[in-house]
Amino acid sequence: MSVTAGLDLAFVGQASPPAVAVGGPLLSRLIPLEPDSETTPGRTPINDSACEHCGLPVATGRKFCCPGCLAAHDIIQGLGLGNYYRQRLLDAGARALRPEPAERWDLARHIVTKPDGTKELTLAVDGLQCGACVWLIESVLAKEPGVLVGRVNMTTRRLRLSWQGSDQDADRLVGRIEALGYRLVPFDLSALAAMQDRTGRMLLRSLAIAGFAAGNVMLISIGIWAGQSGAIGDGGIGPATVSLLHWVSALVAMPAIAYAGRPFFASALAALRHRRTNMDVPISLGVLLVTGMSLTETIAGGAHTYFDSAITLLFFLLVGRVLDHRARGQARATAEQLLALRTTDVAVIQPDGTIRRVGQEQVAEGDRILVAAGERIGVDGVLENGAALLDSSLVTGESLPVNAEPGAAVFAGTLNLGATLTIRATATGGATLLAECVRLIEAAETRRGRFVVIADRVAKRYAPAVHLCALLTFLWWFFGVGVPAGQALLTASAVLIITCPCALALAVPAVQVVATGRLFRGGMLLKSATALERLAEVDTVVFDKTGTLTEPLLALLETPDALDLHLAATLAVSSRHPLARSLVAAAGAVVPADGVIEFSGQGLSRSTPDGEVRLGSRTFCGVGDAPSAGPEMWLTRPGAVPVRFCFGERPRQDAVAVIQQLLAMGLRVKLVSGDHADQVARIASALGISDWRAGCTPVEKVSLIEGGGAEGQKILMVGDGMNDSPALAAASVSASPSTAADVSQTVADLVFQGAKLEPVVIALQTARQAKAVMRQNLALSIGYNAIMVPLAIAGWVTPWLAAAAMSSSSLLVMANSLRLHKGAKS
Amino acid sequence: MFYLLIASLIVAGCGLMVFLWSLRTGQYDDMDGAANRILFDDAPPPVKPL
Repeated sequence: MSVTAGLDLAFVGQASPPAVAVGGPLLSRLIPLEPDSETTPGRTPINDSACEHCGLPVATGRKFCCPGCLAAHDIIQGLGLGNYYRQRLLDAGARALRPEPAERWDLARHIVTKPDGTKELTLAVDGLQCGACVWLIESVLAKEPGVLVGRVNMTTRRLRLSWQGSDQDADRLVGRIEALGYRLVPFDLSALAAMQDRTGRMLLRSLAIAGFAAGNVMLISIGIWAGQSGAIGDGGIGPATVSLLHWVSALVAMPAIAYAGRPFFASALAALRHRRTNMDVPISLGVLLVTGMSLTETIAGGAHTYFDSAITLLFFLLVGRVLDHRARGQARATAEQLLALRTTDVAVIQPDGTIRRVGQEQVAEGDRILVAAGERIGVDGVLENGAALLDSSLVTGESLPVNAEPGAAVFAGTLNLGATLTIRATATGGATLLAECVRLIEAAETRRGRFVVIADRVAKRYAPAVHLCALLTFLWWFFGVGVPAGQALLTASAVLIITCPCALALAVPAVQVVATGRLFRGGMLLKSATALERLAEVDTVVFDKTGTLTEPLLALLETPDALDLHLAATLAVSSRHPLARSLVAAAGAVVPADGVIEFSGQGLSRSTPDGEVRLGSRTFCGVGDAPSAGPEMWLTRPGAVPVRFCFGERPRQDAVAVIQQLLAMGLRVKLVSGDHADQVARIASALGISDWRAGCTPVEKVSLIEGGGAEGQKILMVGDGMNDSPALAAASVSASPSTAADVSQTVADLVFQGAKLEPVVIALQTARQAKAVMRQNLALSIGYNAIMVPLAIAGWVTPWLAAAAMSSSSLLVMANSLRLHKGAKS
Repeated sequence: MFYLLIASLIVAGCGLMVFLWSLRTGQYDDMDGAANRILFDDAPPPVKPL
């Protein structure tokens, strides 16, 4: 029995299942017994400070950090899946596998029943570490009776579950996976996502067909060119053979062009119908004209056809489209996943006193709703009982929690920092604060002008110029030189083929793919196609304060004695309360203490041989009833003075550096907040922002942004609160941290993950570089045209020259775009 | 030569058909998962196409 050295991730090399079966005595497993490790020498932990299941730190000599991990380990070993621990690679970026008390979901309403009686459910999975997790989940599900399909998609991090049985089975199956430490959230495929998927497949299918046709037609064409140049055959090939080969080319290419060209034709038609022009108009026109001309040539038995050029062009363009779609689809899917993992159900108190968990949209006016300590309120309502401590930073931008009395109005998105409370839903559907924000967003979006992307701006001038050029060529050859109409038309068509904007149409998408991918790897999700170009033009950055410049959760302000902090954290790590989490975050890696009992909304307590240790509110710890100055926690233990932990707003770690960088980039930086003036002034001076406004309502924020826009400023709005969402929509481009309110994340063009503000700078820099490369690409392709068009007008362009020139210019543009990728690495 | 032409088209056509089939059965939906699945021996149950 040897320890596997390759995967030394704090796990025991277990070649045989451990002796203890499922449900072994809890205490004896939490503290490893000495004889056990003596009889099985291989079971000595490689790194004895990490939990065998979740990999989080544990006290020396212990194997598991908590009973949940022990139970999960037992399940896995009991099913004979112990291989999992040897195969997996823990991902530091993913959520640790420590099982947590799961939210109760009303799964039934997400289940789809198929006509044959099988049930289907899609869930977002949180906590996937690597391929081994996929295997583990699927294997565990496969052992459950009735399961037909349990498949995890690792790209989208979703689990598709289908089983034979009743709706209630869903709870059992989901419970099995959650016991392993994963979090599962019901995920209803939105209409948008389904459409995205369809478009993606359609593009891929078009690409395949274009590729098939391009390969074959090009092969035939090479034969024709070689034959015509006299390289093969006895002094060339005869006109009958050429005609046959042209016919075969036509038969292969034309259906393929009709199919694979649809994405371009549809887009061009839509643009023309709105009396606009985009890059797809010259593409479609070029392809159709070339195909039509080649067909007439084939019928007439002419020498030159250009089917190969037309279909190769479509193939290259489709490659760009598919990659572009894939890159942005991935960013969007990840953004959706982030949102799905945060949605929670609402606990409605039934008339008989029981609790039923329903979706937010199912709450009726007048329903009584229970909000647990540390939970977000799901709907707008009136506080019924319980003097509540509410953190509404995500709703109004106020950074300090407020005490609310019964009868006060509360809004969806507010965090309950106090004890469990009851609210009565007052407004649902169109009357909520959220609905009001959505109306403001829609209004702001209609006022905001349509952004014309650089490619379309070029197309606007390029298309008429090219078509005029072709017309003049025809006129000159027909009237000027006096050749027959057919030959003049042929030369004019050659001009169109040469100018068909292959490289030009690839110039922008190719850059977008590389830049979007680069941002994606950095944790920035670029959702909009035009956002990159809009970002590059930004000259003013407007920040929200609460949750954007400052950390999203209240932070521990003064660092008390390190030992006190550590002791408090060992208790706090057992709680999901926001203040407890901040405390744990400040303490770093801690080992959870045993026997911690949570008193909801009051605090945590633990019995030790010396007496009781308590961590919680002032009254819970018996320190006194005097009202506190701000959010706080107390730690009491026998024989020591009570310790106070103060919480408050703190700027993000790198906020000062980011502001300095933005100023150095020549940007104006403003701060617009809904919070009180003194709080805003304090943060503004700490960060060195001179231009700030406090106490702004959502409407004021919008008018401020629009006022700046009217003066010609290109504004990047960075905000997280629900109150920022209309301003995000009004700005020329917008960004949100992934901790932002759902509505803000949905509106924002860019969502960034992580605790830092730096992504804002990186995104701006990447966008500027991308814009520069786009310009180079456009210059390259226009330069290529400048050389080739005179040759075409002179009538020297043959089909092989056209094909070669077109492909090489496309490859050149793609290679230039890839430089952006390389630049990111160095 | 005519037969060669037909033959090459048929062979390439078969390739195209196989690709379209793989696309329709969802084999391009999870590129990362497939790369990892091969590492685990006892395969989970087969999947029916949607």
